[in-house]
Amino acid sequence: MIKFDDVSKRYPSGQEALSRVSFELDDGELAFLTGHSGAGKSTLLKLIMQIELPSSGQLFINGQNLVKLSRQHLPYYRRSIGLVFQDHQLLFDRSVYDNVALPLQISGYEPREASRRVRAALDKVGLLHKEAQNPITLSTGEQQRVGIARAVVNKPALLLADEPTGNLDPELAAEVMGLFEQFSQVGVTVLIASHDHNLIDKLHHHRRLRLEQGKLISGGKRRSKEPH
Amino acid sequence: MAATRENPARKPRQEARPATSAPHQGTFFAWLAQHQVVAVDSLLRLAADWVSTLLTCAVIGIALALPLTLVLLLQNVQRYSGSVEHSGSLSLYMDERAQPALLSLVKQLQNDPAIASATLITPEEALAEFERESGLAEALGGLDANPLPPVIEVVPAIEDKAALAELLASLQTRPGVAEVEFDQLWVERLDALLRFAERLALLLTLLLGSGVVLVIGNTVRLAIENRRAEIVVVKLVGGTDAYVARPFLYTGLWYGIGGAVIGCVLLQLGLLTLAGPLAQFIASYDGDFRFADLGFGGAFLVVAAAAGLGWLGAFVSVVQHLRSVEPR
Repeated sequence: MIKFDDVSKRYPSGQEALSRVSFELDDGELAFLTGHSGAGKSTLLKLIMQIELPSSGQLFINGQNLVKLSRQHLPYYRRSIGLVFQDHQLLFDRSVYDNVALPLQISGYEPREASRRVRAALDKVGLLHKEAQNPITLSTGEQQRVGIARAVVNKPALLLADEPTGNLDPELAAEVMGLFEQFSQVGVTVLIASHDHNLIDKLHHHRRLRLEQGKLISGGKRRSKEPH
Repeated sequence: MAATRENPARKPRQEARPATSAPHQGTFFAWLAQHQVVAVDSLLRLAADWVSTLLTCAVIGIALALPLTLVLLLQNVQRYSGSVEHSGSLSLYMDERAQPALLSLVKQLQNDPAIASATLITPEEALAEFERESGLAEALGGLDANPLPPVIEVVPAIEDKAALAELLASLQTRPGVAEVEFDQLWVERLDALLRFAERLALLLTLLLGSGVVLVIGNTVRLAIENRRAEIVVVKLVGGTDAYVARPFLYTGLWYGIGGAVIGCVLLQLGLLTLAGPLAQFIASYDGDFRFADLGFGGAFLVVAAAAGLGWLGAFVSVVQHLRSVEPR
């Protein structure tokens, strides 16, 4: 699903955010991307989302070579990826339902089909009863779950999460992680950037990619034993 | 927070497979429904902030009303002057001694393709008309002889200035023609004035039309700034440039339409104050004058053109600013 082949990212300032990162992630795999802030986690996710372009190396997502992805095809590519943000990035000018429906509207789903999927996604995160509310009235944990519903409503093959539990207390964080595990069980590839060690340690059976100063220092080899 | 959680087994396995090609994506009706939703949504957004929307529309309306008023006045005057020009005829004052050849000359002139009509006015007819119009019948009755020469009224069939001058020259050389009078000067002056006004109207239309484009472009730029967060999210979940631009293009369209409606109302009000005196002025020359206003067809054209300008303004703004709003 994900294949990084000797990928580096240098910013014009000369700072090297990622250097020669190589790893592969299988379909349906759930992996954590760990490291201190500034280690390159966000940059790696941005490369997958094509918010940033790699300075060198090859990057394949779902068999597609991103180096050859044109600007025109970028939106269609992004539709195959679900993205969960740390600060949920919900739009407060519309209801929970409309927030979750946004990716389907963009993809041009028929309203009836869209409605079915939105309700299924909200049901999945346990917030169907709040579909008519404005997300600003929800708790932080609920907002994060709405964000997750929006990320999966399109049934993406790949789910990326950038510090999804950063603003949550441990109990809520565990719930959110439980959701990610469920998605992985039904075949979605999940990559979670997080520095929440307590949480990751509880989920030690999953693979961990550890970044330090832009270098992948462990977890890069497929099926390698985790150093723990 | 409710801690109820759904059982993952409830979701059938195949449902979560990646949707490489969603079956309902991109149908024409879905596309149309999307446009409808966006059009209504951007209208509602404008209505929600109706004070500033009204102000912007008023600015656009004023900018449109000014050149429209000029164009409309111009059209009316042109309509009038057109009828004057067509009656613009040449008078050939004949030598009295040419009397016997007059009829054959009239015949010749009538056969000339450059001449629409040639009518002989005998001295007797001229005198009778003069008596009638001047009311000097008694004074004229005291004259021993008719002092008026025979006149041939020639209406040219051509409008081209150079050809007219040529015709004029050739008529002057005809035997028996004493003098050719072509009192076209004031028509020419009016013509020149109208051409100047036409240019002015065109210039004003271009200037104020560009103003409308800029005003709408700037307003749309602010709208883009206000919805920056939304645009970023939309781009991240796969919104195409067209999808992102659409609400703003509709916003521009609505501004154009709103501005045109206000402009038409202002124009109508302006004409109500101008049309009376103008009609009086023109009627003093020509008894039958009715001021022509925009009419429904004209108003529709104005609204359509302004909608186009609005769209264009929004498009310019979108092209300039939307690409700068990228996820970071």
